Amino acid sequence: MAELAVHSGGRRIAARKFDLRRLHGFGTIAGACLVILYAPILILFAFSFNSSRSVNVWTGFSTEWYPKALLNDKIWGAALNSMQIAIFATICSTIIATAAALATTRTKPWRGMIASYMTINLPLMVPEIVTAIATLSFFGIIAGILGTRLGIIQIMLAHTAFCIPFAYMPIRARLEDMDLTLEQAAADLYATPWQTFRRVTLPLLMPGVIAGATLAFVASFDDFTITSMLVGPGETTLPIYVWTSIRRGISPEINAMSTILLVISILLVSLSFLIGRKKY
Amino acid sequence: MLRHALCMTAAAALLFASSAAYADGELHLYNWGDYTNPKLIEKFEQQYNVTVTLDDFDSNDTLLAKVRAGNTGYDVVFPSDYAVKILLDEGFLAKTEPNKMENFKNVDPPWVDVYWDPGRNYSVPWQWGTTNFAVDTAVYSGDIDTLAILFDPPPELDGKINMQPEIVEVIHAGLRYLGKPLCNSNPEDLKAVNDLLVGAKPHWRTIEYAMIETLVAGDVAASHGWNGAAMRARLQKPTIKYAYPKEGVAGWMDNAVVLADAPNMENAKLWQNFLMDPENAALISDFAKYANGIMGSEKFLPQEFATAPEIMMPANAPAPTFQPPCPQEVTEKYNQIWTNLLK
Amino acid sequence: MAEAVIAGSVPTPRGTVEQRVSAAQAAAERVSRRTRWALIAPALIVIGILGIAPLIIILIYSFLKPGAYGGVIPEFSTNAYVQFLFEKDLFDESYHFTTAHFQIYARSLGLAAFTTIGSLILGFPTAYFMATRPAHQRNFWLFLITLPFWSNLLIRTFAMFVLMREEGIVNNSLLYLSILEEPIRIMYTDTAIGIALLYSFLPFMVLPIYASLEKLDFRYVEAAYDLYATRWHVLWRIIVPLSKPGIVAGCLLVFIPALGAYVTPLLVGGGKSLMIGNLIALQFAGSRNWPFGSAASLILMALVMIALYVYVRYGTRKSGFAHG
Repeated sequence: MAELAVHSGGRRIAARKFDLRRLHGFGTIAGACLVILYAPILILFAFSFNSSRSVNVWTGFSTEWYPKALLNDKIWGAALNSMQIAIFATICSTIIATAAALATTRTKPWRGMIASYMTINLPLMVPEIVTAIATLSFFGIIAGILGTRLGIIQIMLAHTAFCIPFAYMPIRARLEDMDLTLEQAAADLYATPWQTFRRVTLPLLMPGVIAGATLAFVASFDDFTITSMLVGPGETTLPIYVWTSIRRGISPEINAMSTILLVISILLVSLSFLIGRKKY
Repeated sequence: MLRHALCMTAAAALLFASSAAYADGELHLYNWGDYTNPKLIEKFEQQYNVTVTLDDFDSNDTLLAKVRAGNTGYDVVFPSDYAVKILLDEGFLAKTEPNKMENFKNVDPPWVDVYWDPGRNYSVPWQWGTTNFAVDTAVYSGDIDTLAILFDPPPELDGKINMQPEIVEVIHAGLRYLGKPLCNSNPEDLKAVNDLLVGAKPHWRTIEYAMIETLVAGDVAASHGWNGAAMRARLQKPTIKYAYPKEGVAGWMDNAVVLADAPNMENAKLWQNFLMDPENAALISDFAKYANGIMGSEKFLPQEFATAPEIMMPANAPAPTFQPPCPQEVTEKYNQIWTNLLK
Repeated sequence: MAEAVIAGSVPTPRGTVEQRVSAAQAAAERVSRRTRWALIAPALIVIGILGIAPLIIILIYSFLKPGAYGGVIPEFSTNAYVQFLFEKDLFDESYHFTTAHFQIYARSLGLAAFTTIGSLILGFPTAYFMATRPAHQRNFWLFLITLPFWSNLLIRTFAMFVLMREEGIVNNSLLYLSILEEPIRIMYTDTAIGIALLYSFLPFMVLPIYASLEKLDFRYVEAAYDLYATRWHVLWRIIVPLSKPGIVAGCLLVFIPALGAYVTPLLVGGGKSLMIGNLIALQFAGSRNWPFGSAASLILMALVMIALYVYVRYGTRKSGFAHG
């Protein structure tokens, strides 16, 4: 809260408390956003305790679905696959995207820059179903040449590719307008480019990187179309499992499992947050 | 942050690498979702000491697209009748000759010489059923054994009907209603069915697969769909009744076939033989509630299954027709009608 | 200035000062050019192999004939593109112009626009709010916004479905409070698709804007207030322009995938009308017309590329450095 002291004709008028950051209604909208985001989650949570098989109609309270979910190998296998793929794709795509953002932002135009930009954003422009079929054919050919399937690596690579633009956009947005003078100052102080990057650029860039990594993770974890085409034995991911269940009747077991996953991820993130804090 | 991510990856990798492996190899199945009894798989695993994996697909078209790309890694897949014919004609199947296997004698004779695999050189019956529709009799209690329910519905059902998003099924249902031949390329018949569908569309609510949920929840009161799904819906909501329209009944059979590039050919053949045993066939049917093609399995199934209206067709219902895939010109015309319907 | 000219031409053992400076600059240029290419190479390689190669396959497919039961036959034909605009009459085999595909594309464009604008209206204030929290709280808000997305989208969309049904909670409470007399029928309409898409793509709008706003220098804002600007002025003249990169990034990340959305319309749309994604998927599935599916996707991509190109050439800020 900044106190704005208003001067007028040399005399000091009473200062008024004025938060120059506050904009009316924005807090309310943010709240509404949160409500919209969380309402389905709460429904999910509520129906995981439904006593009938329905996820639409509430019939009564029961905890039978949680043991079923915990013991269901298939759902866990699928969730684990999804996690594996998402973590791999997020790490790789964020690193690649950061490098790409550094190369294409805040520099004088270089030959091929626009072409590079278009290439990086290519996966975004292609409809998922097209990428799915095309990548399937592509890996089919590769598998034919090598004589064997590549396994889950196929899905990981495909995810990395389409996660790159998702990670790239927020990092680039952050990088644009970032003050070059800080890095120039570091260079003046005899820092090598790598040191400059590690000590100056990267920390400043971090919110963008985190935003990018989060987007990439979400994009990969929730992907259905591309994964469903590439998936092979034992590689089913969560979205595919849910989708095929919908065809034959979804049950609160999946709700229960989602709630469990959510709780686990809350714990993981809180844990890493606490560990991170200890550094200071 | 990077450190944490690396740790998590390592943990995930460790968790993943922990599955018990049986001695005599593996078997990779690719079937419709929620369609295979886990007990069946367990029994096979114990009996032959094989690790079985099961993956799901949601339609014959996905299966065809996958197999066509090659090197799927699957051994046994479960296409419907017309899809078996397509896979066979295009050379994707292994000639495993179930008709020479030990359990072949149990196959019900009507299911031996089928249009998609005469004499059963490639495929083994899995489950079969009909595709008609189910109606919630609490909403409409009149005669439901006619396709007029879907195409010219009574006022109680108006706006509460679901159709399956299968181009051929819907168009053929329309053709049956009009009394015209199936796989039709006659322009007048096509025009008639086109007008019928366009006229009926405002009376429909949705065109999707989710039949059980929506019927039970009451989002729709009549739904085009399969008999087993109708039975599962009825078990949750007793007023749901499966119809056998007098204009004609669509039949289908899902089969177990072995892919030509299957990595575990011997285990795949063991699986095909395994499915033809009556006790195992009963396990198959008990799960998804469809009839199977193996004699003697009734002994192992609950009494009410055999007499259920979805399984036991009424005497006056027309015999189900199993329709081979239509030639390309016909498919093109059908596509045109469908796109215009859904634009 | 005279001194500079003289100084520049002062000879030193390795050339004039000027020459040495420009030589150093040239060396720096080379190094930075190499670094640039090294930095961007991984992205180009990965996407080159996994993005461009498959696309070339699709391009080839679009000029072939469809196989009888799916797949393609290696025979050249432009039929796929013709089919986009013309269809054969059922009776006399003559071609006539059809708007069927245009209608489908128009519907998708409308829904994607709705989703983008909606998520902007909701997302910008949320991102702003998050960015103006005290520094230690920000991570918490980030966490709060992204947490819902740790559970699977399909299930959450299904949960939305539960909310929006006639007998869903929203309708029930509105009926109970006598605000409504009859339940609102949203389910299975285009509106439902729009809402579900908005829900899926919200974080893709919030996070880039947040990343951009978070480094906003509020001294600009303070200066504006000092100059008697109203809050409205400050918002439109200062904050929004300064966060433009984030806004544009967010809009692109929402609009383009929303245009080609496939799963969400399938889940909540009821299947009675097609969006582009569903049309294309249909060609690879039941319709068994891979060439047409490929052609339709390339047409979609062409539209998007034009928009993107226009942005890159004309929409980036002229600040002495151009951004690629």
